[in-house]
Amino acid sequence: MGSDSTASAAQPAPGGFLGWLDKRFPVMAVWNDHLAQYYAPKNMGFWSFFGSLALVVLVLQIVTGLWLAMSYKPSATEAFASVEYIMRDVDWGWLIRYMHSTGSSFFFILVYLHMFRGLMWGSYKNPRELLWIIGVVIYLAMMATAFFGYLLPWGQMSYWGAQVIVNLFAAVPAVGEDLSTWVRGDYVISDATLNRFYAFHFLLPFILAALVFLHIVALHTVGSTNPDGIEIKKGPKGNKWSDTAPADGIPFHPYYTVKDIMGLVVFAAIFSLVLFYAPDLGGLFLEPPNFQPADPLKTPEHIAPVWYFTPYYAMLRAVPPIGGSQFPGVVVMFGAIAILLFLPWLDRSPVRSMRYKGMLSRLFLASFVVSFIVLAYLGLQPASDLFTLLSQIFTILYFAFFLLMPIYTKLEKTKPVPARVTE
Amino acid sequence: MLIAATSALGAVGVGFTAVPFIASMNPSAKARAAGAPVQADLSKLEPGALLRVKYRGQPIWVVYRTDEMLAALPTIDPELVDPDSTMPQQPEYCTNPTRSITPKYFVATGICTHLGCSPTYRPEFAPDDLGRNWKGGWFCPCHGSKFDLAGRVFKGVPAPTNLVIPKHTYINDTTVLIGEDKGAA
Repeated sequence: MGSDSTASAAQPAPGGFLGWLDKRFPVMAVWNDHLAQYYAPKNMGFWSFFGSLALVVLVLQIVTGLWLAMSYKPSATEAFASVEYIMRDVDWGWLIRYMHSTGSSFFFILVYLHMFRGLMWGSYKNPRELLWIIGVVIYLAMMATAFFGYLLPWGQMSYWGAQVIVNLFAAVPAVGEDLSTWVRGDYVISDATLNRFYAFHFLLPFILAALVFLHIVALHTVGSTNPDGIEIKKGPKGNKWSDTAPADGIPFHPYYTVKDIMGLVVFAAIFSLVLFYAPDLGGLFLEPPNFQPADPLKTPEHIAPVWYFTPYYAMLRAVPPIGGSQFPGVVVMFGAIAILLFLPWLDRSPVRSMRYKGMLSRLFLASFVVSFIVLAYLGLQPASDLFTLLSQIFTILYFAFFLLMPIYTKLEKTKPVPARVTE
Repeated sequence: MLIAATSALGAVGVGFTAVPFIASMNPSAKARAAGAPVQADLSKLEPGALLRVKYRGQPIWVVYRTDEMLAALPTIDPELVDPDSTMPQQPEYCTNPTRSITPKYFVATGICTHLGCSPTYRPEFAPDDLGRNWKGGWFCPCHGSKFDLAGRVFKGVPAPTNLVIPKHTYINDTTVLIGEDKGAA
């Protein structure tokens, strides 16, 4: 729905300050196109909460991050102490810091749920391929932001985690060693590395916000989908607000704004429970070795990344070195994320939603979700023969979901899709 | 044509402008100076002992290997991934059975080739926890990688390659310069 003049002409032009403003900036058009006259399917339900919640958490991260930056010092000699200073001496500093650290884990929880919803509803399928791809880029930018941010407290896990991850670049054939030196700006993780990671950690959230803007523009161009995967724009027209709008659509505002605010209240309650009672969530959100300052000569007993990276870390460890190089593992790890970009073209099913797909699709989705969770667990554990074998099995299952998709989505018998959305 | 030429010239300009930005992310002159070669005096190093030197922020080990230790090295060969040091984990002058310039002194970067932890020095023969066949070496506490006293990795451990031997050269019998080889010195 473009900002066509008929929609605006249907309503009287606003007067007063709003009228003055609207003549100089399309306030009403933006409001109508994206909220009051953006018609979303009326059956979106529970799983549609997580996108808007993720947006709220992004804002929370930017605001708390800005406040942390007021007291934080990005220097190898001062960083750790400045975080403790924020925790102990800055009024309410502990709250802002824990909001930020808890927020980052919840951001990933919400985005993982949001992505799972996309897989269930087939939200990546034509015409939403670009919307999905922008989403994958957002996910990548989030991971980069989180990775840069994790070095900043300059604890043992920050330091050695960054050491392990930056060493992944060194696995690239020929230029690897120079590349990792260039990333660090030194031969080891040092003050130079910390400074640049801080700069990138500050910048990336704004790029993330810009990407989210593009994500929403793309969404509002193609329209929201729903659990039925039915294209409401192709259905009958006319509802109680407009004769030209889809019959199965309701205005985003007030209907979905109110619904999302209700979701936000529930989310805020859960978030607060963790924030106030278990901000480190038993070492999962903030790892115990990170309460010790970074020591370049002493490695902690066991290194593992934060939980939201561990599925990929498990894949990295699952691939044995070939010809003395860790590079194949690195390729598999990044391939696990890159393969998401091709999803719209791997799914050959004539229907969009899991509701109408066959048993095979459901089984593969279930095995994908189980693999992701099991890999996340394995990535947190020290490597043993059994765990390595399990990692290998579940890495194969993870990729099978994608690589076999063109086959099983074609093979299976789908159910008939109704013409109108179901209640 | 004019548009193509202008675009091409513009692209070249952008390329040139990018150079300082990319180059400025390399180690600074100060970091490079801190990465300058370091000297280690080995005159007080006792047989079997290990000396830790810090070079480019990383631990460098120097070990005085006894004759008994050296004699044990070839006997371990079948248990190793790369007993003959075919992979380029060492300068050419250390591509030999003892992976060193002189058999006595062994110099290596004390960073596990798996994921960068610093392994523990275990020079004793046949300790209880490492088994009867252990003839001295390093054990990485992080993920259980094992290396012998020439820094060669054992089979069946997570580390893929032998320990890295840094460039080094001897100024005299008991002084080693780490970070530079004969050609450059």
